[in-house]
Amino acid sequence: MRAWSCEGEIMKQIVVISGKGGTGKTMLTGAFSALAENKVMADCDVDAANLYLLLDPSIKERHPFKSGAFAKINPALCTRCGECSAACRFQAISSEFAVSPINCEGCGLCARLCPENAIRMQENTAGEWFISDTPYGSFVHAKLGIAEENSGKLVAKVRQTAKELAEGKQADYVIVDGPPGIGCPVIASLSGVDLAVVVTEPTLSGLHDAERVIELAAHFEVPVMMVINKWDINPEASEKIERFCAGQKIPVIGKIPFDRAVVESIIAGRPVTEYTNGALKTEMIRIWEAVKA
Amino acid sequence: MIISVASGKGGTGKTTVAVNLALSLEHAQLLDCDVEEPNAQIFLKADITDRKPAMVRVPEIDYAKCDFCGKCQEVCAYHALAVLPKKVLLFPKMCHSCGACTRLCPKGAIREVDRSIGEIEIGQRGGIDFVQGKLAVGETMAPPLIRQVKSHIDRSCMTIIDAPPGTSCPMVTAVKGSDFCILVTEPTPFGMNDLHLAIETVKKLGIPYGVVMNRAEPHDLKARIHFKANDIPVMLQIPFDRKIAELYSVGIPFVEQLPEYREKFLDLFKCVLGVAKVKS
Repeated sequence: MRAWSCEGEIMKQIVVISGKGGTGKTMLTGAFSALAENKVMADCDVDAANLYLLLDPSIKERHPFKSGAFAKINPALCTRCGECSAACRFQAISSEFAVSPINCEGCGLCARLCPENAIRMQENTAGEWFISDTPYGSFVHAKLGIAEENSGKLVAKVRQTAKELAEGKQADYVIVDGPPGIGCPVIASLSGVDLAVVVTEPTLSGLHDAERVIELAAHFEVPVMMVINKWDINPEASEKIERFCAGQKIPVIGKIPFDRAVVESIIAGRPVTEYTNGALKTEMIRIWEAVKA
Repeated sequence: MIISVASGKGGTGKTTVAVNLALSLEHAQLLDCDVEEPNAQIFLKADITDRKPAMVRVPEIDYAKCDFCGKCQEVCAYHALAVLPKKVLLFPKMCHSCGACTRLCPKGAIREVDRSIGEIEIGQRGGIDFVQGKLAVGETMAPPLIRQVKSHIDRSCMTIIDAPPGTSCPMVTAVKGSDFCILVTEPTPFGMNDLHLAIETVKKLGIPYGVVMNRAEPHDLKARIHFKANDIPVMLQIPFDRKIAELYSVGIPFVEQLPEYREKFLDLFKCVLGVAKVKS
């Protein structure tokens, strides 16, 4: 999993995750992108990618993401025997023997069972992925097609590309913006990284979801550091999160105050540390130093 | 009627809208389909009366019959089986339960068994019937669990679905089949970017939609002009309000403390009924 850069330093892969959405993953990843030296960035939230809105990328390479397949019935050969629709577990074949590409999961059972050989499996282009230059370094990102599946596979592609790019450039870090949740794209973002920075907010939902994603990181034996965003919205809830982390021996490496500058920086399309100089920037630097250590 | 609440971007207020709408209606069915991170119960606090494991079907090899021919590995589109000379390796988390291996094994050596991927909880609070799915930590596949939560839909009820974020399979599985989709956004570039992805998704699914703008502020002129120019119906605006944020943080649905919003949610509901009627 680990690669060595030229000075014999270990290249570190760092992912920012949260469980709950909207707690500040991309804001924090954007700040890391501006603060870290010698790194490659990757946006692994492939179905609602936002990091590109902060990094001002110019796309250097674009590649189609081919994944899975869906069934296509040739009406000229189909005798409407019903073998396929009876066998399909995904209700993907209508009574008119048309396949719903949204329901079809590409298992291919229908094509194998069809006595008339009327069903072909067609390869699916499920999205695109890109390598871009940004003022902060190279950036790998992607766009999953509308209503497509297999986002875990696209995440794996983005991760792999970023890692290879970082090895080629002898970079010290791969900084990964992760997706919300705990399911397949999160697991693909998390597996094999050196550190997960969990960013949460001082709400019951924030803590509940952070607990589940921390459990997931433990499952994959990834060390965790915690950042509490907008901690002063509810200091009591922040304390509760800190107590929880102390119990789990998870270091709380930063408490980011609620600050309008965060929203303003997003509107300006820049990492927050490039937008503002006050206490907020100092805290971001402190967090990055703790991550680096 | 089924109304789903989705967003694209996470943390914009899906659960807030779903729970407050259900409480304003008083009689409704609320399904939490964000099975990776279900939060509605934090606010609803329903009495959970039934709890059952959520199962998927996965293959099991009968070694008395298996001759290691490799057919199952060949037909599995998800690489969930690997046939070795004296053993068949199973990767149950990769399995989509399509049944191809079981059906196509020439020796009839595969049968399907249940595997738990999480649980389903059923409860009530007042006139609200509540169902939620909880994906077990470490499990990859939310859609089968979402489908099981949705199997509880009572067509005689007003059903509200709290959908997961994003626009890929979990969101599509949750939203599919709805009569209307409420898309919750916030007026930031992130919120607007992801709203557009969500709009494309619900359009592809053929579901009428409308927008709730959360954390709206007077300076959001740009967002408003954008909605107007693109014919995106904004049905409700919830202002950025510290009181609402505080109530959220402690798990209190804000219609309970700010009753004036009950009316606003009922107006939202009327608006949904109106649009859904025109579209059908």
